[in-house]
Amino acid sequence: MSRLRAADVVVGTELPEQVSRVTRADLVRYAGASGDFNVIHWSDRVAGEVGLPGVIAHGMLTAGLAARAVTGWAGDPGAVVDYHVRFSRPVVVPDDDAGAEVAVRGRVAALLDDGRVRVDLTVTSGGDKVLSLARAVVALA
Amino acid sequence: MALDPGLVGRSYPPSVVYEVGREKIAEFATALGDPDPAYRDPAAARALGHPDVIAPPTFAIVLSLGAGNVVVGDPDVGIDYSRVVHGEQRFTHHRPVRAGDRLVATATIDAVRSVAGNDMLTTRVDLATEDGEPVCTTRSMLVVRGAA
Repeated sequence: MSRLRAADVVVGTELPEQVSRVTRADLVRYAGASGDFNVIHWSDRVAGEVGLPGVIAHGMLTAGLAARAVTGWAGDPGAVVDYHVRFSRPVVVPDDDAGAEVAVRGRVAALLDDGRVRVDLTVTSGGDKVLSLARAVVALA
Repeated sequence: MALDPGLVGRSYPPSVVYEVGREKIAEFATALGDPDPAYRDPAAARALGHPDVIAPPTFAIVLSLGAGNVVVGDPDVGIDYSRVVHGEQRFTHHRPVRAGDRLVATATIDAVRSVAGNDMLTTRVDLATEDGEPVCTTRSMLVVRGAA
């Protein structure tokens, strides 16, 4: 793998679409890896008590999946120098084998100085936008 | 209850040193379903110019969560964690986090505001090596939902 070159992209360049599935098992794995053991990510009872429609994915798991679309495209995960997300809607993860789908699309929105580009992401689950603002600044070669 | 605007600028003592392990990076990458060799294979990471395996761009949340809990647990801040949702998150990388890093996290309250009965608390966490090299700045905005 090598880092994508800034000369190879223009404003409007689209990233390959990435579709992931998130199951309850993925939430358990992410809780352990991240240290975020908030009960709303594993207990239907508690999620319901605090007014959620069900167990929801960690926002940072969704954000991490979205970042993956950028790092895979850039060819070097170290190329991401700035990453910003706003959580607009929770990803409800049903207790079944299919889980929830998270789709990530992205496009180069601006060419910055020093070979850096801004990528704007559209992240949806079941057709709903789950991140209202997701942007990465990527330093290309 | 609205957060006290006087909290803005409050900084907390630095955390204990967190040593970033290769296995922890690999575990985090696996939890994201990401097979990228730069997270697991030192040779692959070196081929990209890194001295050791690097962490995914969102890995710093592992450290900033811990540092942020110091803020959430501050009795002067006094928020009910069961009413907290994550509103926004930002990572500014001065360089990638990598295996072998010995990092210290320092939390500061950047902003508090109230909108429509909800409190918003923005915490900045500066991650640096124990020698003081800046590595990553994270900003987390938490929304404390008002009682219905």
